[in-house]
Amino acid sequence: MNAMSNNAEAFLRRAEALATPAWAGALRRQGLDALAKSGLPTRRAEAYKYTDLSPIARAEFGAAPAALARPALPAPRGRARLVFVDGLLRADLSTLPPRPLSDAAAVLGTVENSAVTPVAALNAALAEDGMFLDIPAGEQAGLIELVSIVTEAAGPIAFHPRHVLRLGQGASVTLLETCQGPDGVAYLHNPVFEVVVGEGATCAHTRIQQEGGSAYFLSSVHARIAAGGTYDNFTLNAGAKLARNEIHAALEGPKAACHMNGAQLVGDGRHADSTTFLHHAAPDCASRQTYKTVLAGRSRGVFQGKILVSQAAQRTDGYQMNQALLLSEDAEMDAKPQLEIYADDVKCSHGATVGALDEAQLFYLRSRGIPEKEARAMLVQAFLTEAVDGVADETCRAALDEAVMGWWREMAA
Amino acid sequence: MLKIEGLTAEIDGKQILKGLDLEVPAGEVHAIMGPNGAGKSTLSYVLSGREGYEITGGSVTFHGKDLLAMEPEERAATGLFLAFQYPVELPGVGNATFLRTALNAIRRQRGEPELDAMQFLKLARGRMKELSMPEDMLKRGVNVGFSGGEKKRNEVLQMALLNPSLAILDETDSGLDIDALKIVSDGVNALRGPGFSALVITHYQRLLNYIVPDRVHVLVNGRIVKSGGKELALELEAHGYAEVAA
Repeated sequence: MNAMSNNAEAFLRRAEALATPAWAGALRRQGLDALAKSGLPTRRAEAYKYTDLSPIARAEFGAAPAALARPALPAPRGRARLVFVDGLLRADLSTLPPRPLSDAAAVLGTVENSAVTPVAALNAALAEDGMFLDIPAGEQAGLIELVSIVTEAAGPIAFHPRHVLRLGQGASVTLLETCQGPDGVAYLHNPVFEVVVGEGATCAHTRIQQEGGSAYFLSSVHARIAAGGTYDNFTLNAGAKLARNEIHAALEGPKAACHMNGAQLVGDGRHADSTTFLHHAAPDCASRQTYKTVLAGRSRGVFQGKILVSQAAQRTDGYQMNQALLLSEDAEMDAKPQLEIYADDVKCSHGATVGALDEAQLFYLRSRGIPEKEARAMLVQAFLTEAVDGVADETCRAALDEAVMGWWREMAA
Repeated sequence: MLKIEGLTAEIDGKQILKGLDLEVPAGEVHAIMGPNGAGKSTLSYVLSGREGYEITGGSVTFHGKDLLAMEPEERAATGLFLAFQYPVELPGVGNATFLRTALNAIRRQRGEPELDAMQFLKLARGRMKELSMPEDMLKRGVNVGFSGGEKKRNEVLQMALLNPSLAILDETDSGLDIDALKIVSDGVNALRGPGFSALVITHYQRLLNYIVPDRVHVLVNGRIVKSGGKELALELEAHGYAEVAA
């Protein structure tokens, strides 16, 4: 078919001009095929009913500049860190020797929809770099930071890092990911993670998305969790003009667990979307999801969460809660929970609420001398508590609290 | 200290206060008694600045300032404290954080230095001991899962920490058993002195056995219809509002 006929034309043309690293070959072909066939989804697609990607399809993105920038980096929070600048992994700024992605061939493109969903296909077609973290069986790797920074000088670039995280049996890691960039630059960050959690392994993944106010953030995490393993994901969507964050997780062995929590802080004129897909494929697995969205000004929030329970997944214990707090009458929240259950012995619950700040609570705080702005901030933080409390690691929690306070200060200014 | 003159107020177009006059001098405890619907809670909310009430006339001066022109937080910093009839639950807000934030907000507005976490804890623990409050109430969410008595004790704890010059106690006795009533009353009595006044709003005389008022006012249909000494409360209890107010 003529690849130039669909709305991903500009991306396809760029992909043709890219040099192909050895590791990317098969993945890129899958991505290009999917993209050429379907293009970027339009709002006619059910999964994109509430999130319009046409600004991304229409935008013109450039390649990263040849000269390597040396931007100011946030202070390290741990000993090990991998740093990406303008989409490229920078060994010179990192404190952890990265493994080449060519070593991850066995994983690339194999984890739960990681080549075929539109977000992942776009990444597969254009990925040029990424990280491969391989935690061997039994190793407790502690905290590892993954930092992505876009420099002002890079301009409106598009970058599509492909990250692979593999944990051997009984291994553990805490990954703290931060994404930042300049306001006023319409760049695209399109990261995709493939996460393989081995038997009895534990992966805690905290993501703090604070991209610039004109940026686009299209991201997906694909995780496969073996028996007795745990994958915890917390995603803070606090930046970007348009952010979509997908998680696709499969519980593949008995007694595996997955926690997906998140907070979306959406300022005036912005759009944030959290979409989850959780597949209970094995018996005796537990999943928990708590998402909280705070919407200010004229903004829009989306939560779509699907739980699929296969016939084999007896004694599944699933829970999903999604709540939104509207700080303005011009804000809008769209929520779509979905349960699809084929096993008969299953406990699965879900709920959703949308509301404004409670006037009685606000008055109570003010009557104790707390100024209105501070009282509002306290109530917003309290609203987020249930989701944020899922982050057990103190360093990650502190980073999250700072990001939430930062968002609020900007909001109140 | 507090002077209310000809105060009229309405909610949703319905007039509740209809020309209320009241003066509470420094150091005095006054009780306001009245039947349901007389305007007791409206008075406490109007004085503390809750939204939704429209002031249609009259004036309220507090320490010589126009109370009605102030935001609720300014009223608190000026020395006003409302002990709620139904204290609000704040899930996700720790009681210690709440109390320290409130105390420091008031100290800041008064130009006093803020307390750090250690200084605050020392102060709070002392006050809690006096009120027979278990220390774990500091760790819990504000009023979340508190019994009726615990909520009222938490109100008195806030009052003791914020050190107001005028406390309005809105039906503080409702839902309290006799032990809790005694603890709460002791908490209020401990604050009594030349710099502390209170407006005790109550339906029943019982509370006034523990917090003995200097003056008693009868509020009926949005107005003070009768004032007297503490014996007026007993008279009301014996004969009912209709007879006394007639």
